[in-house]
Amino acid sequence: MAMEYSEKVMEHFAHPHNVGTIEDADGIGEVGNAKCGDIMRMYLKIGENEIIEDVKFQTFGCASAIATSSIATDMIKGRPLSEALTLTNKAVVEALDGLPAVKVHCSVLAEQAVKAAVADYYKRKGVPCDCCGEACELCAHDHDHGEEEG
Amino acid sequence: MFVYADNAATTAMSSAAAAAMLPAMQTLYGNPSSLHQKGREANMALLGARETVARCLNAGPQEIYFTGCGTEADNWAITEGARLGAEAGKKHIISDTIEHHAVLHTLKKLEKQGFEVTYLPVHENGVVRLEELEAAVRPDTCLVTIMFCNNEIGTLQPVREIGALCRQKGILFHTDAVQAIGHVPVDVQKDNIDMLSLSGHKFHAPKGVGALYCKKGIRLKNFIEGGAQERGRRGGTEAIPAILAMAAALEESCAHLDENMAKVTAMRDRLIEGLSRIPNSRCNGDPDHKAPGIVSFCFEGVEGESLLLRLDLAGICASSGSACTSGSLDPSHVLLALGLPHEIAHGSLRLSLCEYNTMEEVDYILEQVPEVVRTLRQMSPVWLHMLEHMDDPYQ
Repeated sequence: MAMEYSEKVMEHFAHPHNVGTIEDADGIGEVGNAKCGDIMRMYLKIGENEIIEDVKFQTFGCASAIATSSIATDMIKGRPLSEALTLTNKAVVEALDGLPAVKVHCSVLAEQAVKAAVADYYKRKGVPCDCCGEACELCAHDHDHGEEEG
Repeated sequence: MFVYADNAATTAMSSAAAAAMLPAMQTLYGNPSSLHQKGREANMALLGARETVARCLNAGPQEIYFTGCGTEADNWAITEGARLGAEAGKKHIISDTIEHHAVLHTLKKLEKQGFEVTYLPVHENGVVRLEELEAAVRPDTCLVTIMFCNNEIGTLQPVREIGALCRQKGILFHTDAVQAIGHVPVDVQKDNIDMLSLSGHKFHAPKGVGALYCKKGIRLKNFIEGGAQERGRRGGTEAIPAILAMAAALEESCAHLDENMAKVTAMRDRLIEGLSRIPNSRCNGDPDHKAPGIVSFCFEGVEGESLLLRLDLAGICASSGSACTSGSLDPSHVLLALGLPHEIAHGSLRLSLCEYNTMEEVDYILEQVPEVVRTLRQMSPVWLHMLEHMDDPYQ
């Protein structure tokens, strides 16, 4: 059965926002693995007052993996770090006008990628990250699929 | 430009098929089982279609059973082959790892019922080796089922030799020829085939019709109870319009087989040559034993669904064996059976051509695919990781 992607998903897939790398990034997070078919890498540039000045991403994956990465970067760009930490996969799905059930997993990856990048920023600064703590290590390496793999 | 390059998924109906189908819907509406003139008229047409299909396979009309699809024919043939074996106390079946799910899932069901199945490996080129088949044969082997042509990579199996070996050993031989019929020469007698499955919509007939060839003397049991149709073996009023269209499409395909093969092979070879120029790409399947129209490539660092949908945006219809397009956790079992690692199998693209395609379309594909692959690589962390260990081929 063919899957239906929303227009929003197709728009972000065809013309993704914030693609690329940041040379002097303050935090980098990578989640997923190639064996499973998707990897997301996020780069953060943090400015004064812990505002996310710039964010870029690179994604290997399906259309929804690219679209969720794109919209997640939009959602945190220019926002305070604390706000990025409250980003949920549900919000990502809603912002894309929905995802097919088998692709919801991609939105979880996008959330994890953002949080892994933030955790990396705190780690570099030597600040203990109580937001997701060890979970960040987990999400970066333990790619659990369940039934919703895309 | 719009290019339909997914002919292994399904084909456009031919004018010949449509010309046979339309009157069959509006004027040949009788039930072939009815005794009156409309019934007799429909029955005559059905007889003619059965003869045509039989002639194209070098079979007898009484050896052709019309079905609803190729999958049904596969289910029927394998289930019956197994049952006949079990009756003789033989419960071992030989197949291979790159069969279509119509075959694999039927075999899984039989395994649960106590049959033992040996799945031959296909090696990196996707071809079954005869010596391995011979070594797998046991005294209790009752059935060998090996496809004629693989749907994902286009590999042609040595069907004639397999059939000869089965004859010699007294084992039934079934082949899923869904991707072969109408595209390469198939002769059930010369090719030593006992049972063969085919599907109309792969050679320009409509969807919803297929056939099973079953050699005379093999005593098939009924697949659908409740009617005298198909010699009582498959009840249900025959889909006359679809059956007539399939016969017309097959007749046309077989009449033009040589010229179509030459045309499609030339396009395929140009496509393979052009796509091979993309850095870190590989063409899947055996270069010497290949269907005319099926081209399968893997592009490292790229995921198949993205590739497919980007090509779709560029007007090109193709398919992929990535997990995301197969709707499961794993990429295509066919690509994995070739020994490809998951991460490479995820980046697969299948382009399947037919005689309706043109060289201009091939050239358009060759303009678009390298661009799309490059764009996706530029945003791929996998590709970035690869660049840490090699020179950038795009520099």
